[in-house]
Amino acid sequence: MMPTRAVWMGLVGVWSALALAALGVCVGSTGFENLIGPLWSPASHPDQAAMAQQIVWEIRLPRTVGAWAAGALLGLAGAVAQGLFRNPLADPYLLGSASGASLGVAMALVALGGGAGMLGGVSMMNGGVAVGVFSSALWVRIGLTGAGFLGAVLAVLLTLMLSRGAGHTLRLLLSGVVVGVVLGAGTHLVLLFSPDSLQAMQAFMLGSTAFVGWTSATVMLIVWLACWLLAGLLARVLDGLSLGDSTAFSLGLAVTPMRAALVGVLALSTGTAVAQTGLIAFVGLAAPHLIRSLIKTTHAHLMMLSSLAGGVLLMGADILARGLIAPQELPVGVLTAVLGGGYLLWLMHRGQTQTGGAS
Amino acid sequence: MVRSSALQANALCVRLGHGRHQVEVLHDISLTLTRGRWTSIVGPNGAGKSTLLKCLAGLLPYTGEVQLLEQPLRQWSHRERARHLAWLGQNEVSADDLCVWDVVMLGRLPHQAWLAPASEADRVAVEQALKSTQAWAWRDRALGQLSGGERQRVLLARALAVEADVLLMDEPLANLDPPHQVDWLSLVRELVAHGKTVVSVLHEIGMALHADELVVMADGRVTHQGACSEASTHRALEAVFDHRIAVHSLQGQWVAIAQTDH
Repeated sequence: MMPTRAVWMGLVGVWSALALAALGVCVGSTGFENLIGPLWSPASHPDQAAMAQQIVWEIRLPRTVGAWAAGALLGLAGAVAQGLFRNPLADPYLLGSASGASLGVAMALVALGGGAGMLGGVSMMNGGVAVGVFSSALWVRIGLTGAGFLGAVLAVLLTLMLSRGAGHTLRLLLSGVVVGVVLGAGTHLVLLFSPDSLQAMQAFMLGSTAFVGWTSATVMLIVWLACWLLAGLLARVLDGLSLGDSTAFSLGLAVTPMRAALVGVLALSTGTAVAQTGLIAFVGLAAPHLIRSLIKTTHAHLMMLSSLAGGVLLMGADILARGLIAPQELPVGVLTAVLGGGYLLWLMHRGQTQTGGAS
Repeated sequence: MVRSSALQANALCVRLGHGRHQVEVLHDISLTLTRGRWTSIVGPNGAGKSTLLKCLAGLLPYTGEVQLLEQPLRQWSHRERARHLAWLGQNEVSADDLCVWDVVMLGRLPHQAWLAPASEADRVAVEQALKSTQAWAWRDRALGQLSGGERQRVLLARALAVEADVLLMDEPLANLDPPHQVDWLSLVRELVAHGKTVVSVLHEIGMALHADELVVMADGRVTHQGACSEASTHRALEAVFDHRIAVHSLQGQWVAIAQTDH
């Protein structure tokens, strides 16, 4: 019920994304400067217009759009994971899929031989030479996305195998943590053997939107659209599963194949986001929680709203990362970890006081 | 009058667990549950009552044969089976974040085309189901905000919303207070009067004795099947509970009274 409230929240999500995008193109290493003005009426600022266009179009806009798309992918992945495993703590990271994706990306980089010797930012400026982790060449982006996807799928399968299915919550989370740690160590080991890529991979491991170009942003947007459509098709399965496997089966749902398809959506969205922006923590966990604390609704709405919220959260964090200590820049993953962790702690504290008061 | 069967089991065996730890929990069960009647399955803890019910719903792998409405259960398509057989489980995880209306609407899934919005018939069925379990007032509330008994009534409404011919319920009275247990009783009577078949696993022997028929189980076997009013059924019931209960007639109803040693 209450579709109207969900629609309103969706509109708020879209409008705040647009407002943040406008703010995002104005924030850079020099702090805030109004570039919208010169772009809007080039005639009145002829000297600034060309430069403004170059900065906005080539650097800040793709980065801002990319931050939104990565956040939207993670928010969607979080909502799918929490519904699929019926666990509010499930998120792309806790199930090991993000570590799997990053291991996939690292191995692909080493296998491609080029390493990531050049920071993508530089190679992007030069038109892209080396096979860098942040290279903007389309085949590199798609290749890394594929590697991230494969890594994520294998990691989730490994987690599920270790926990012998998703039935036992504690075992599932523990297996996820174990797989995450082991695959994380694997990533570091792989990088140790290709010292060239260490520097670029460091930014990647901390999570960064700094090197997202149009290619990355487009890849993420297309995958997001596909994942969102697929998730929308399977939303009722998640609703059914929330009543338990037996009830879902009794309602005529083909539980096993649909669950596999949902694991696919989870892995594809996580893998794609991780392959472009590295390990950005907590967005996938915090976005669905934020939505659920505001509205009780079906998974179709929850996934859409959580995706929008994830986009807005990461976009906001990206702007803060650029603006807080300008001209220096914070890795956005560090910022989301601090903000998202704080938010979840507050949510837990609030939940405890609420239940404490009720009992 | 010969009544057709709603559910039938022939030489049903169930093994649970993996590998060397596999244990046979149901041994060679054959029984027929008549259409348009309410049957209660009773027996001590661990007798295999819930396992049998799950098998009849197709929820567990089994050997032997189960027939739903005189067709082998395995031959039914998922969707067709879901329209004819509704299931209400016990202690299943529940959707705390879904609102009551959405939960009950899930019962309409077998009737809806994929992604199709709810039809007028769906809405009517959901409203009727919610009203028949006195849960209509909470339709906008989240399931997580309800008490155990209230939640049970919503889940019952969810099973009713399927409007299936055969309704299987595992411990449907769990968490219900006496007035709502009586409400449940009249609800089941009404369903049966409309030609539906109800099969329930019940721990409350007094309530189970209101059924048309009892299936008495012990140690994974059916020890007796018969009408609730028959003396042989009462003796079988007393026997599986080690004669710690005795069935008596009181004001036209059958009641089970505890037999203490002193």
